[in-house]
Amino acid sequence: MTDLAWIDPLLRSARPQALGALVRYFRDLDRAEEAFQEASLRALTHWPQNGPPRDPTAWLVLVGRNVGLDEARRGKKREPLPGDEAISDLDDAESNIAERLDNSHYRDDVLRLLFICCHPDLPAVQQIALALRVVCGLTVKEIARAFLISESAMEQRITRAKSKVANADVPFEAPGAIERAERLGAVAAMIYLVFNEGYSASGGEAHLRVALCEEAIRLARLLLTLFPAEPEIMGLTALLLFQHARAAARFDADGEIVLLDDQDRSRWDRDMIAEGHALLEKVARHRQPGSYQIQAAIAGVHAHAARPQDTDWSEIDQHYATLERLQPSPVVTLNRAVAVSKTQGPAAALALIEPLAGVLGGYFHFFGLRGALLAQLGRLDEARIAFDRAIALAHTPAEAAHIRMHLDRLMRDGEIWKSRQKNRAGDGGAPRSFSV
Amino acid sequence: MLYAFLCCHDEAIVNSWTKEEDDAVLAKRHRVTEKLAAAGRLGPAVRLMPTTTATTVRMGRDPVVLDGPFAETKEALLGFYLIDCGSLEDAIETAKEIGRDEKVVFEIRPVKLFLPKGAA
Repeated sequence: MTDLAWIDPLLRSARPQALGALVRYFRDLDRAEEAFQEASLRALTHWPQNGPPRDPTAWLVLVGRNVGLDEARRGKKREPLPGDEAISDLDDAESNIAERLDNSHYRDDVLRLLFICCHPDLPAVQQIALALRVVCGLTVKEIARAFLISESAMEQRITRAKSKVANADVPFEAPGAIERAERLGAVAAMIYLVFNEGYSASGGEAHLRVALCEEAIRLARLLLTLFPAEPEIMGLTALLLFQHARAAARFDADGEIVLLDDQDRSRWDRDMIAEGHALLEKVARHRQPGSYQIQAAIAGVHAHAARPQDTDWSEIDQHYATLERLQPSPVVTLNRAVAVSKTQGPAAALALIEPLAGVLGGYFHFFGLRGALLAQLGRLDEARIAFDRAIALAHTPAEAAHIRMHLDRLMRDGEIWKSRQKNRAGDGGAPRSFSV
Repeated sequence: MLYAFLCCHDEAIVNSWTKEEDDAVLAKRHRVTEKLAAAGRLGPAVRLMPTTTATTVRMGRDPVVLDGPFAETKEALLGFYLIDCGSLEDAIETAKEIGRDEKVVFEIRPVKLFLPKGAA
């Protein structure tokens, strides 16, 4: 066989488990990575000759361990391992070994590998870069392109992150229940960061960032396969699926953000939405609400609506109210205000967000929403000030462009508004959502 | 004889396919199944959602409901076809044709009872 394309998905999908097991053996990320790399190279020569092994992960772990031990032999007597020629055939040796590397080990191996990337001393971008490099196996070049920085800068960033985690003491024993739950929480947050890095970007490189969203979904599904009864991991997976389902509709041909209300919903991925709903149904049985589950439920309500006007805003309002109780935060209240503006009108929503002006004084979305609500109430001069502030705080050109569009609309509609105000007290036009 | 072709595959690999790769597999299979459909030999074909969406009900005095698939194995049941085949040999050839260039595993099982409309 000359076409080796079939090997790549095998190596990619085996990577988190195999590398995780090698980290457990060597207790050193760099050594484990080198061993995995060498094992992958050997796979490229052995597998085409002998066919893929029954359990590629077990094969890679064994060969990797073998290679690593060979290189690290310091005169110490170690139990000899079978040569990789011996295990590359589909013989009994391999199936025995595969049984020994059972799922319960893999579970904690993968979790540990992911957890190493969430070291609290690492800033978010470094956590993301490390996870993409180490767990997902993306090349430095691929990651650098997604982050729009040079390859050497990304190389440096990853090297720095690695030296930080190398000094961190992540215990290698199987974690206890509480520790496992803590690790899961940290890892879920990191996966969400990876997704958001891909999701919040825009512009010409958007297609590169989509890959980050796909990697995040792959990681979430992997985690859920290993921990099938964890409600928050189900919630996280559903949330990512609902969000990513809109990917094709979120940007126009020029790379500008298309708001939820304006998206062509026929371009939403129905398979992902259905999978998200299936997970939400499953998780509801657990009756252990958590923030990912609630965010997924909110995204699910949006996904369910065939047209923007079909959105069940009172349900969304209820979900946000639950989220506020569970995890009080001004940003949650801000999001809830969008729902309140739909169910109770812009005045009620404005009253809800006015107390947040202090804490969210540097937050783009606060001024975006404030401007939109003020505009709906016909307070056009105040609206303009809020929109100007939002533009000043925008992180991306697309965000700024989006607010300018509101401003233009404001200018254009200003005259119409004034004449309309004479006849009708301001209950506003169609309120616009700021979540995209 | 009606045969069920149970499609078993390493789910981690299927999940790592890009949309384009996934579409390519479906298109390739479609070229075979459309011929079967034209000959009136193709019954329902089903693709299942990932096993992460699975729920298992284990009956007993107190039925237990578990999250996840029945068997936690690398190769999971991801879908199936029902195809009318003249013989087992014919079924095996059909499986080879559908799965050409893939790493999929087909379990071929003769169908005992088939109620397409669920009629009693």
